[in-house]
Amino acid sequence: MVRQTQWDVSRKRRGVLVFPFLILSVTGMILISTGMGYIPIPPLDVLKVVGFKLLHDPRLAEGLDKVYPYVIWNVRLPRILTAVFVGSGLSIAGVIFQGILLNPLADPYTLGVSAGAAFGASIALLLEIPLLGVYAVPLFAFAGSLLTLMFVLSLSSFEGRIASNNLILSGIIVATILSAGISFIKYVADEQVSVIIFWLLGSFNSRTWIDAGLTFGIVTAGGLFCFYFARDLNVMALGDKIALSLGVHASHTRVALLIAASLIASVCVAVSGIIGFVGLVIPHLMRFVVGSDNRRLLPASALLGGALLLFADTVTRAVLPHEIPIGVLTALIGGPVFCYIFRKQRRIMIHG
Amino acid sequence: MGNPVFDISDLYFSFGGQPVLEGLDLQLEGEHFHGIVGPNGSGKTTLLMLMLGYYQPEKGHLRFLGRDLTRLSRRTLARKIALVPQDFSIHFDFSVQEVVLMGRYPFLPRFSTPGREEIRKVEAVLEEMGLLSMKDRSVLSLSGGEKQWVVFARALAQDTPVLLLDEATSNMDIHHTLFALDRVIRQVTAGKTVIGVFHDLNLAAMYCDRLIFMSKGRVLAHGNTNEIFREDLIEKTFGVRGIVTTHPQSGDKQVFFRKEIRS
Repeated sequence: MVRQTQWDVSRKRRGVLVFPFLILSVTGMILISTGMGYIPIPPLDVLKVVGFKLLHDPRLAEGLDKVYPYVIWNVRLPRILTAVFVGSGLSIAGVIFQGILLNPLADPYTLGVSAGAAFGASIALLLEIPLLGVYAVPLFAFAGSLLTLMFVLSLSSFEGRIASNNLILSGIIVATILSAGISFIKYVADEQVSVIIFWLLGSFNSRTWIDAGLTFGIVTAGGLFCFYFARDLNVMALGDKIALSLGVHASHTRVALLIAASLIASVCVAVSGIIGFVGLVIPHLMRFVVGSDNRRLLPASALLGGALLLFADTVTRAVLPHEIPIGVLTALIGGPVFCYIFRKQRRIMIHG
Repeated sequence: MGNPVFDISDLYFSFGGQPVLEGLDLQLEGEHFHGIVGPNGSGKTTLLMLMLGYYQPEKGHLRFLGRDLTRLSRRTLARKIALVPQDFSIHFDFSVQEVVLMGRYPFLPRFSTPGREEIRKVEAVLEEMGLLSMKDRSVLSLSGGEKQWVVFARALAQDTPVLLLDEATSNMDIHHTLFALDRVIRQVTAGKTVIGVFHDLNLAAMYCDRLIFMSKGRVLAHGNTNEIFREDLIEKTFGVRGIVTTHPQSGDKQVFFRKEIRS
């Protein structure tokens, strides 16, 4: 039985180098992008400022431009770290959604989580609730996505079991209804319409340490929770019955992971707006490199997602003459990349 | 004679108000190959899924090795019962070796890399099943029959005292079917218990030393294959007439049918 070698998935040996490489890329990207912008700052000075802020050693700040600490600590780093955590979070959510829905095309959109967040945010922007101040939009986005998830779950469960096909169908139905709702809100919004549209396009502009801390907390906690179930997710790829015969209660695990991943996704949407294709493309790319074992795929995707979203955000912030919404950029780059991956996979499927 | 492996009494189960099993009684002894046969919708697969703990009985007792099966932990059961299901699917490009290694998961901590002993076990199964040369192949590239073969190998790697087969060879060619069931027979000789659902009566008669005829959620007949593989029971169960005869060399019972419409 001779087959093409392209089907060999002996990626394990390469895997040894993947993680150090990814960790280096993320830290390197953070360092370089912090220096980039309207005021260019050399990497060594960036390190000095970070050291000064963390260690409070005044010697480190000697001879530095007085503006540097403010620019780095108050403007750039919160935005940069938020971008990294959101990239990681969206990628983790993508891996989990794809794993539990047994569908490589699943991501926060498929389940209606993103649409729910967008709907919530649109309402907050439309009503201009003064009580909650700047947190109205993230809170409404968060509430919107969780309510949507609960509705999608109840819609797709029958007799206590949730089938993955039902989940995708329910998610798409609910997302469609919500998009119509968003269109209606835009229609009645009058002057607010441009604010809503801009938020929906996604941006990391003027993120604060609170945004960075919130995403870091939820993405880390949720990510570790998902990582604990990574091996169970492997077994679930063989179907619920085999999973159960191997000691994994797929139905329970699915609900637990679904909630964790939705929480991660909704926090990401709440702080940055709608950023598409990250959760879809990153897991696909990483499967080529480290394989489908979720114990490797999950951390690898989180690292690459963080690095790539930061790269995209740095391009729009510091390279392009005008800042364009990050959601537009990821869709413009991620869309064609995904088309390519999709075609290539189909080709291998057919000729395999 | 010790305790039966499965001791089932007065078992009831229904799907959305539609009764599937209605007061089923069955005792299955260890170290036999039990074959379950019966028409579509007679509750064969449902019974197997109850034995796995996939469904919970609505009424009645389901004892496994003398203990209430519904009270045993999933991990305990995973170390005792393996399954080759009828409807299986493989998503994502795991390698053949990765899938077979999943059979060892119940014996390994979550994040450990498998030790030398585990790897040797998996390699032994891969070699025996002729999969060694394609262990790094993606399972997505395999045909339906090859996938089932890998899923089968995974159940063998699990190396449990009880093996449940639900039409486990339905996608395999005759060569692989006989090879797989021969392997199962050797396990029974070595002291394991196998319970298999069959549509092919002749395969069941060839390999199983005990047969269970099921119809409408009940057991019609249960006993030694040589004694109960009879024309009257086949007709009572399936509503078709056949001629039961004996294989001239092996002595196994076999059944022949003829088409109703003759030209």
